[in-house]
Amino acid sequence: MVASRAIGSLSRATASRMLRCPGYICRSFSGTSALRTRTHINYGVKGDVAVVRINSPNSKVNTLNKELQSEFMEVMNEIWASDQIRSAVLISSKPGCFIAGADINMIASCKTPEEVTKLSQEGQRMFEKLEKSTKPVVAAISGACLGGGLEVGVPAAFDMMLTGRNIRADRAKKMGLVDQLVEPLGPGLKPPEERTIEYLEEVAVTFAKGLSDKKISIKRDKGLVETFSFTELTSYAMSIPFVRQQIYKKVEEKVRKQTKGLYPAPLKIIDVVKTGIEQGSDAGYLSESQKFGELTMTKESKALIGLYHGQVLCKKNKFGAPQKEAKHLAILGAGLMGAGIAQVSVDKGLKTILKDATLAGLGRGQQQVFKGLNDKVKKKALTSFERDSIFSNLTGQLDYQGFEKADMVIEAVFEDLSLKHRVLTEVEAVIPDHCIFASNTSALPINEIAAVSKRPEKVIGMHYFSPVDKMQLLEIITTEKTSKDTTASAVAVGLKQGKVIIVVKDGPGFYTTRCLAPMMSEVLRILQEGVEPKKLDALTTSFGFPVGAATLVDEVGVDVAKHVSEDLGKAFGERFGGGSVELLKQMVSRGFLGRKSGKGFYIYQEGVKSKNVNSDMDGILASLKVPPKSDVSSDEDIQYRLVTRFVNEAVMCLQEGILATPTEGDIGAVFGLGFPPCLGGPFRFVDLCGAQNIVDRLRKYEAAYGTQFSPCQLLIDHASSPNKKFFQ
Amino acid sequence: MTWVTGWPLYGLTLAAQTKSKKTLAKPNMRNIVVVDGVRIPFLQSGTSYKDLMPHDLARAALSGLLHRTNVPKDVVDYIIFGTVIQEVKTSNVAREAALGAGFSDKTPAHTVTMACISANQAMTTGIGLIASGQSDVIVAGGVELMSDVPIRHSRKMRKMMLELNKAKTLGQRLSLFSKFRLNFLAPELPAVAEFSTSETMGHSADRLAAAFAVSRQDQDEYALRSHSLAKKAQDEGLLSDVVPFKVPGKDTVTKDNGIRPSSLEQMAKLKPAFIKPYGTVTAANSSFLTDGASAMLIMAEEKALAMGYKPKAYLRDFVYVSQDPKDQLLLGPTYATPKVLEKAGLTMNDIDAFEFHEAFSGQILANFKAMDSDWFAQNYMGRKTKVGSPPLEKFNNWGGSLSLGHPFGATGCRLVMAAANRLRKEGGQYGLVAACAAGGQGHAMIVEAYPK
Repeated sequence: MVASRAIGSLSRATASRMLRCPGYICRSFSGTSALRTRTHINYGVKGDVAVVRINSPNSKVNTLNKELQSEFMEVMNEIWASDQIRSAVLISSKPGCFIAGADINMIASCKTPEEVTKLSQEGQRMFEKLEKSTKPVVAAISGACLGGGLEVGVPAAFDMMLTGRNIRADRAKKMGLVDQLVEPLGPGLKPPEERTIEYLEEVAVTFAKGLSDKKISIKRDKGLVETFSFTELTSYAMSIPFVRQQIYKKVEEKVRKQTKGLYPAPLKIIDVVKTGIEQGSDAGYLSESQKFGELTMTKESKALIGLYHGQVLCKKNKFGAPQKEAKHLAILGAGLMGAGIAQVSVDKGLKTILKDATLAGLGRGQQQVFKGLNDKVKKKALTSFERDSIFSNLTGQLDYQGFEKADMVIEAVFEDLSLKHRVLTEVEAVIPDHCIFASNTSALPINEIAAVSKRPEKVIGMHYFSPVDKMQLLEIITTEKTSKDTTASAVAVGLKQGKVIIVVKDGPGFYTTRCLAPMMSEVLRILQEGVEPKKLDALTTSFGFPVGAATLVDEVGVDVAKHVSEDLGKAFGERFGGGSVELLKQMVSRGFLGRKSGKGFYIYQEGVKSKNVNSDMDGILASLKVPPKSDVSSDEDIQYRLVTRFVNEAVMCLQEGILATPTEGDIGAVFGLGFPPCLGGPFRFVDLCGAQNIVDRLRKYEAAYGTQFSPCQLLIDHASSPNKKFFQ
Repeated sequence: MTWVTGWPLYGLTLAAQTKSKKTLAKPNMRNIVVVDGVRIPFLQSGTSYKDLMPHDLARAALSGLLHRTNVPKDVVDYIIFGTVIQEVKTSNVAREAALGAGFSDKTPAHTVTMACISANQAMTTGIGLIASGQSDVIVAGGVELMSDVPIRHSRKMRKMMLELNKAKTLGQRLSLFSKFRLNFLAPELPAVAEFSTSETMGHSADRLAAAFAVSRQDQDEYALRSHSLAKKAQDEGLLSDVVPFKVPGKDTVTKDNGIRPSSLEQMAKLKPAFIKPYGTVTAANSSFLTDGASAMLIMAEEKALAMGYKPKAYLRDFVYVSQDPKDQLLLGPTYATPKVLEKAGLTMNDIDAFEFHEAFSGQILANFKAMDSDWFAQNYMGRKTKVGSPPLEKFNNWGGSLSLGHPFGATGCRLVMAAANRLRKEGGQYGLVAACAAGGQGHAMIVEAYPK
C-alpha cells in the first residue's frame, strides 16, 4: 500500500547494494579428507564464503556429540587453512533447530568425572578457536539453539546459564545475543520452511561477505558479563573488587533461596564465573570443565537425566494413531478444572464447547479462559488478535446444542458419583456413536462411573491437575472395558494439549491420588502431634517438594482432601489411616476450605503476599492433639515418614499393575504431585538411595505406628536382592 | 530494459487471434457500461493538495465528471465513493462531496471502504444496483488525502476528556485532573500496520519478495519500467482521464507529479525501507503516499443509449478473493485472476490489456511468479495448473501505481479507466483489472471494449 518516499530519500547517503553471488561450488579443500564423507557436517563455498551445514543423520535435532565436534573442527580447520575462503556461515539444514545443546546420552555414558571433564575441555577448545577465528564466522540460527548450540553461535549469557530459560528471537536481539533477525517467510515457489532456510543462508552469506570486506562492522565488543544485564555504569562498578564480592554474595543468596541447596549446579556455575573473572579465562575454563565433570556424576544429575528421558517417553503415543482424530471437544462444568481444560484445548486449535448448568458459573469459566490468554498477551507471547481468534474456538453454553458433532466429551463436574451418572446418561443421549466420554476425576473409580454407560468401551478417565494450564501431567485411566482406540484418542488429545501423559489402570485413587493419600494422612498426624504448619512446610520444601505439605492441602482444597481421604480410607482401610479425618471435617464445617475460601491452615487475602497462619485453627488442632512419639519425631524422621509412605504406595501400584512402568510412576509423581525432581521420582529414589535403606526406615516407623508403614512385597524383594533395580 | 526481452513476445500475434468468446453479454442480464471516467491529477502527499480536505478532492473529481459527460444531475440515481483513511468530520465523504459538486440533494450517497480496492467496491456496488434493477445511473469513485490523516489523542486522554464532560462539580473535575499523566499526551497515529498481524505492508512485501526469490535488481528494473512508461504516456497525452483541478489559492494542477524516471544506479543507492539492512523493498520500488480522487459514470446500456451516450466499455464479471493476511497479504491478483477468467469463460490469451495495481515492484513480480507456478497453484490455490503470468508487453503499458501514484481509495477507478482507454487506443476487446488490498484481500474484473 505504501512506502514513504520521503523517509527513503533521507537515507540515500549510504550505498548498500545486494551482493550477487555467482555459482555455487561444492568442493573439499584438504587433500587428506577429500574422500571422507562426513555424516554430520558438510560444506560448500559461495564466492569466498564457506557455508557449513550441520545436519545430524536420523535425528530431528542436532546435538553436540563427539562426531559432530570432531567433524566440525576438521571443517573449520580446512576453512581457516584455505586461501580462497575469507569468511564462513554456520547453518543447520534442519528447519527449526540449530543445535539443541550437548548430547545427553554422550554425557550419561561417561563413567568418571575425568571423562566428562575431557569432553568438556574439547568442547571449550572448539568454542575458543571459534571465538578467536581470524575469518569472520556468521551463525545463521533458525529455531532451537540451546546450551552449547548457543555457544557456537554467540557467547553465552550470564543469566541464561543460571536458569536455562528459553528466549524468543526478538528478545535475543535486544539482549545482544544475535545481531540480525530474519523473519520466517511465507509460501513462495517451494515450502516456506525450505525457502526460509535458503533465505537465511543468502542473508548470512551477504553478511559474512560484508564482514570480510569490512563493509559491515559489528558493535559487540564487550565481554561475557558486561554485554548482558549490566549498563556502562555497572560495568565500571564491576571493576571494583569489593562491589564484585557483594554481587557474588547476592547472587549466591538468591540461588540458595531458590534451590534450597538441593541443586548443586547453579552454585558451581557462580563459582566458575567467579574464577573466570578473578583469575582469568584459562582458570575459568579449567574450573568449568572440572566442575561440569563433577556435576554429571552426582545423584541429582542422574535423577534429572532420568526424568528427561522419562518425559520424552511420556510425550509419545504408544497406542498409535486413533481411527478418528478428535477435533471437536465438549467440556462439562466450567469450574477451575473445566475452564482450564478448555484453555489448553482452544489454544491448540480444538473447537471446544464449554457447558455449565448456570450462566454465572459459565461466565466465570469463560473469564478464566480469557484471562489465561490475555495474560499471554501481556507477556507478548500472543497478540491481541491471536487471543481473539483463539478465544473464538470456545463456545459457552448451558444446553447440549452442538454435542451431536463432538468427538470427545470431558466431564469436569463436581466429584459426586450420582451427578456423574446423571451427566453421562444425559450426554450419551445426544452424542454421536464414535464420541468418547472422558471423566476428569481425581479419585472416583472409572468403572463405577462407566457402570451406567451404554458403551463402556468409550469411557475413560482423564485426570488433569490444577492449574491445568501450568501443570504438565495428565493421568489417563483405562478400565478393563476401555478400548485401545479410545485410549489412543485420549492420549492424542492430551498430547495436543501439551501434556506429559501416564496411562494407568483403574482403581481407587488410580496412581497419583493413591500415592498422595497416605502421605496426606501422615501430614494430618504430624499436625495433630503438634508440629506447626509453617514448620511442616519448611521441612517438606527443604526436602525438595515445591510446595509445603500444609500449603498443599490449602491449595488442593480441604473439602476435596476430605472427600478423597474418606473415599480411599473406605477402599484401603487401615493402611491409609494415621491422621484423623476429623481434622478435615471440622475445617470444612468451619468454612476453612483453603485458598478458595480465603482460609485454611493459612489466611489468604487479595494483594497480601506474606502468608499468615490461621489462628482459628489452634482450637481445632488442640482438640485433636495426639502425643508425639519422640523416637520418630526428629525433623529427618518427619520428612521420611512422609516420603516413605509415598514411595511405598507408589511401589505397591507397580506391584499391583496399576502402573505399567516405573518410568510412568516417576513422571506422574514429579510432574503431577511435585515429588522432588532432584530425587528423580519414587522409583529412581529407591534405586539411588537403596531399597534396603527405605525398608529399614519403614520398619522403624512400623514399629511405632503399625501396618501403615509395612513395606510392600516388591520393595522387600528389591531390598533382599541388591541387583534388582527399577532402572538398569 | 534488458530483462523485458526475457518475456516471450506473444502479444504481437495474439491480437489477430480469435477470442474464446465474442462477447461476455449474458442472456437475461442487463449490460452495464461505463460512459466515462475522470480523475484529478494524482499528487505526492504534502504537495499542492496538502491544505485541502478529502471531500474537496472528491468534489473536484465529481465536477470534472459532470463537465466531461454533461450528465443531467437529476438522472443520477445514486453516488458511491471509496476511501480508506477516513476524515472523521466527513465520514460519509460521498455525500459531502456530491452536495458541493452540484449534484441534486435528492441523490443519496454512501461511502465504502475495502483498503486499496475501495473504489473497486464502489463500482461493483453500483453494478449490483443496476443489475438488480434498483438503479439505472450510478456515479462511483474514490478519494484519499494522505497529506492530512486523523491523529488522535491517546485512549487514556480521550477517556479523561469524555469523563470531564460529564463531571459536574469542581471537585469531580479536580479529581479527574489529578489522574492526568504526561504520557496521556502521546498521540495515536492511524495504523500503518495490518491490525491482525501488526506487520507493516512494506515489511510483508519484502518478505513476499524474498519468499519468491525476487531480487532487488529485478524490483528496481520493474519500478523503472513503470516510471518510464508513465512518462511516455503522460508526454504523449494518453492519460486522458486526468482533468485539471484549480486548487484554491494555488495554480491549476494539470498532471500527476510522482512520475520520476531515474536510473538503476541511482535506485541501487537507496537503503531498504522496511527490513533493514538486508531487505530489498526501497522507497524507489514502492508506491508512494498519494493524494487524489477519481469518479466514473456507470449506466445500464439501454439507458446510456437512450440518453445518446457512446459508452467506453462494458463492466463484466468480477470477483473478490481473500487469503492469509500475514504471508499472502499481497497475492490477491494471483488468486483473483484465474477465478475471474473462469467465471467469464476466458483464458489469459483472450486478454489484450492488463491493468494491475502496483503496490510494490516486489509484489507485482511475486504475483507473476506465483501465477506462473504449478506448485503454488496446486499447494495453495487448490487448482490443478497455473494460470500463467501476463505477457509484459500488455501489462500496465501506461504506467501504474508505482509511478502514477496510489491514493488508496481512488486507484480502482483509475485501473478500470486505464484498461478501457487502452482498449480503445491500442485496439483489443478484453481488459483484466486486478488489485491486492490490506487484509489479504483481492479483486479482479473483466472490462470489455464497447464496439466502436
